Amino acid sequence: MDSTPNVIAGVGLADRPRKSRWPARMDLAQSATGLVLGLFMWGHMFFVSSILLGKDAMWSITKMFEGYFFFGKAYPGAVSVIVGAIFAILIVHAFLAMRKFPANYTQYRTFIGHRKLMAHEDTTLWWVQAITGFLLFFIAAVHLYQMLMHPGDIGPYESADRVWSGRWWPLYLVALFAVELHGGIGLYRLCVKWGWLEGKDANASRKRLKTLKWVLTVFFIALGLATLAAYMKIGYDHRDRVGERYTPSWVVPNPMEKAK
Amino acid sequence: MAETSNSHRKLRIHALRYNPAKADDTPRIQTYELEEAPGMTLFIALSEIREKQDPSLQFDFVCRAGICGSCGMMINGLPGLACRTVTKDLPADISLAPLPFFELIGDLSVNTGKWMRGMSEKLETWVHSMGQSTDLKRIEEAMDPALAEEVYELDRCIECGCCVASCGTARMRKDFVGAVGLNKMARFRLDPRDKRTDADFYELVGDDNGVFGCMSLLACHDVCPKNLPLQTQIAFLRRKMVLQGTKG
Repeated sequence: MDSTPNVIAGVGLADRPRKSRWPARMDLAQSATGLVLGLFMWGHMFFVSSILLGKDAMWSITKMFEGYFFFGKAYPGAVSVIVGAIFAILIVHAFLAMRKFPANYTQYRTFIGHRKLMAHEDTTLWWVQAITGFLLFFIAAVHLYQMLMHPGDIGPYESADRVWSGRWWPLYLVALFAVELHGGIGLYRLCVKWGWLEGKDANASRKRLKTLKWVLTVFFIALGLATLAAYMKIGYDHRDRVGERYTPSWVVPNPMEKAK
Repeated sequence: MAETSNSHRKLRIHALRYNPAKADDTPRIQTYELEEAPGMTLFIALSEIREKQDPSLQFDFVCRAGICGSCGMMINGLPGLACRTVTKDLPADISLAPLPFFELIGDLSVNTGKWMRGMSEKLETWVHSMGQSTDLKRIEEAMDPALAEEVYELDRCIECGCCVASCGTARMRKDFVGAVGLNKMARFRLDPRDKRTDADFYELVGDDNGVFGCMSLLACHDVCPKNLPLQTQIAFLRRKMVLQGTKG
């Protein structure tokens, strides 16, 4: 055939119909949303764990986010704005990550068998990520909706009452493990996926990243358990006065009152 | 000889037997026992079994030196080259199975070549001179030695199929081109004789069957018998293709 040399040489390649750009955008968006959520969750953990430093510390952080120290008045609505943004990012991330899930029973069976046979750490970690990601569809949605609608119910007593008397602690307990495993693995995977922090020796840096990932995961789970225990204890002690808001002794009057 | 003293283990090789060409055949595990010899590879062990015990056992070998890529198989659950696997590194019980994903010829023998050919045609894994006439008498353009070395490094791929067999994505999604395909793209992208641009490469791997299908499980990188830098290459290709794809 006359056309063969042209085919081999790639003549006319530029005139072929172009492939969709969406797979590239979706791949980037999945990583970007994951990065934002992963880093947000680390920050989130530091903020909620402020209860370990005392009720006043936790109260101050809460009021800072409500703008109390900037405007002299608390605007819990500011929390709703952040929650709404995180909710939106989460929905985009879940939608994009879902593309990677096994799509039918055959794929599911194949992957389960493959994972078991290979006993390969990063393959197993992906499976952990898929399962925890699936759990988070529900857990994160419940938590975020609550925060979106009741942004003012964050505080040493308010949160503790929710955890204990509101019986939210089982959800938070599962959420802690799901988030820390999912996020830790995800941030590690982002590094190896895009070649971040690779340096000259990719194998050595991957090993270091993996170690760092485990250290951080264990640290955040431990911090989370201690934090949850603290809220449960405060909530238990406060069980007869549910609904009472916390105000540090040095704050007069109550900023919530002042807001009105 | 000093080394023979500790090497007379009795090996039990459990091989998956199945001939898809026989209508009434069912997959089963058959166990062969043999005595380990010094420096024994799985290639030597399997050849001994075929020679002395069971001439019907099917497996592939050509070069017995890790160059032809035909002896890839699942060795205790992990893909590897039988000729490069020394029995002394394995327990006395060794399970062998054909590489999954590829068309089974029989027992441990799979048709990697057929799939590799299809993948190569799909990804057009050859140098595209883009209209430059082919003149065999013309002296080839000089290439920087360091670059030639880089191209050569990626060209060491022997298409054994271990990366694809270890790939969770490929196992679930049959059209995924695998690390072997992505590595080839990275190789031709490096090659200055290939005049294709990133826009052209995007047409070949810019979708979920290509680089965006990769979930970075990195089993390919970990099992590659040639130790190719697959993690680095796939990450590199991903960055280039995302850049191309978001440029519009």
